[in-house]
Amino acid sequence: MIILKQKDFGEILQAMQDEDKIFLAGCADCAAACKVGGEEELDAMEQRLPEAGKTVTGKYVFDTACLSGAVRDGAKQHADEIEAADAILVLACGTGVQCIGDRLDEKQVHPGAESLFVGETKALGRYEEKCSLCNECLLEMTDGICPVTRCSKGLLNGPCGGYTEDGKCEVDPDKDCAWLLIYERLKARGHLDKIAAIQPPHDYSGHHHPRAYRWPKPERPGKKKPQEDPA
Amino acid sequence: MSQLRDALAEGRFAVTGEVGPPKGTHVEPVLEEAERHLKESVLAVNVTELQTAVMRAGSLAVCRLLIERGIEPVYQVVCRDRNRLALQSDLLSAAVLGIENVLLLTGDHVRMGDHPQAKPVYDIDSVHLLQAAAVLESGRDMVGGDLDGTPTFFKGCVAAPGAEPMDPQILKLVKKAEAGAQFVQTQAVYDPARFEQFAAEVEAAGIDVPVLVGIVLLKSAGMARYMNNNVPGVQVPDAILQRLADTPKADRKKVSAEIAGDLIRRMKPLCRGAHLMTLGWDDVVPDVLAHADLA
Repeated sequence: MIILKQKDFGEILQAMQDEDKIFLAGCADCAAACKVGGEEELDAMEQRLPEAGKTVTGKYVFDTACLSGAVRDGAKQHADEIEAADAILVLACGTGVQCIGDRLDEKQVHPGAESLFVGETKALGRYEEKCSLCNECLLEMTDGICPVTRCSKGLLNGPCGGYTEDGKCEVDPDKDCAWLLIYERLKARGHLDKIAAIQPPHDYSGHHHPRAYRWPKPERPGKKKPQEDPA
Repeated sequence: MSQLRDALAEGRFAVTGEVGPPKGTHVEPVLEEAERHLKESVLAVNVTELQTAVMRAGSLAVCRLLIERGIEPVYQVVCRDRNRLALQSDLLSAAVLGIENVLLLTGDHVRMGDHPQAKPVYDIDSVHLLQAAAVLESGRDMVGGDLDGTPTFFKGCVAAPGAEPMDPQILKLVKKAEAGAQFVQTQAVYDPARFEQFAAEVEAAGIDVPVLVGIVLLKSAGMARYMNNNVPGVQVPDAILQRLADTPKADRKKVSAEIAGDLIRRMKPLCRGAHLMTLGWDDVVPDVLAHADLA
């Protein structure tokens, strides 16, 4: 899921200094799980904003703030409250902010959270990045440890010289050297041959922003390619 | 034409030095130091590139200025700051400027330096950069495009003999050799026993690339302690540390040169050369070489 943290309240107020009436938008997915934009956090924001002189016209936790249809349906249900607001404070990820902002493009939207990374929840409040969505998965080669994400330098052919004796990365002593993890796992499983060959450079041609993806169109019946002549 | 290549090909023990470009445009002192103390004592002089990720003048320009003073440079190229287009372009630029020796590195992370806000690039890694240099020498670029004029390089790489565990270092070095590395300069080594083990592993792995053992001059006991605590894979033994601690300040350069010279003399049978990182104390290089019986 997308790991989020709420922006500093002062920063949020600063961004909304010219607006008085605010509609609060949250998201029941990642933002709720990260305790940034669920019911509880919207309630707290609803309590806090009036202390700073703002009026909350309404609030709604969208089922999924990055799902166009869910935003459309939720906005319909709360059309009057949104209409009454000068701006919408979105306590969700950057995609959620834009999905809501593009759908309701006559309203100013304010991001109320920082989108940190796609991560694993080790425990509530403790998250770690494991995947960079790089479009060229190498987890098969490494038996499931991503060097693109978990090595500080994203190296593909083994470690640099900067690992410590206790297996940490010199860039950040709190982090494990991903290549030592990979090496030890492959060694224990007798799979070191998987990293013996030079892994070529990453192909970033599928990585240019903004990325988009569409399902391939299914072949229509009756328009099948001619079968190869068995003779 | 690379003296470094020739010396290693002929089996002579090769000694290289190192200078760092200034943070600013005041390049004259570095060039003068190199001319006065390194020109006659070493085969080639590495010019570091934004060492420890600290912004400063570039390696390429200083390499060319060394050539103009009759000093053979080793152009250090790191993957941290530019993508594969710029890296290949800079390698071609080096060739155009008459630079043949290149040391191809991953590069310290920006978090270690003075611009931690910068975006680290690492588009390709050091193994890929070696491959890229080799492919340029074949008259093509990384995607197979033809070159108009073909460069020649003497391609170096680095290894960290003190890194624990050692096996992953050897795995990486095997790949670097396969990618076309023609010499290796190591991270600082102060423990000959450890280096002996490394040399044995290198041989056992079938890596047939000459290794120049790296020596960073130890300027004080404090510096040695700092390296022990902060530089992975570098371990200054207690005996050396004690010797530095017992040395009065006035004698430090002399003792530092003796320590470095002794280390090289002891490791000489295990390697094909030495790379001296003097950190500004270039004037002690002749002394170091004398103690190593190389003068």
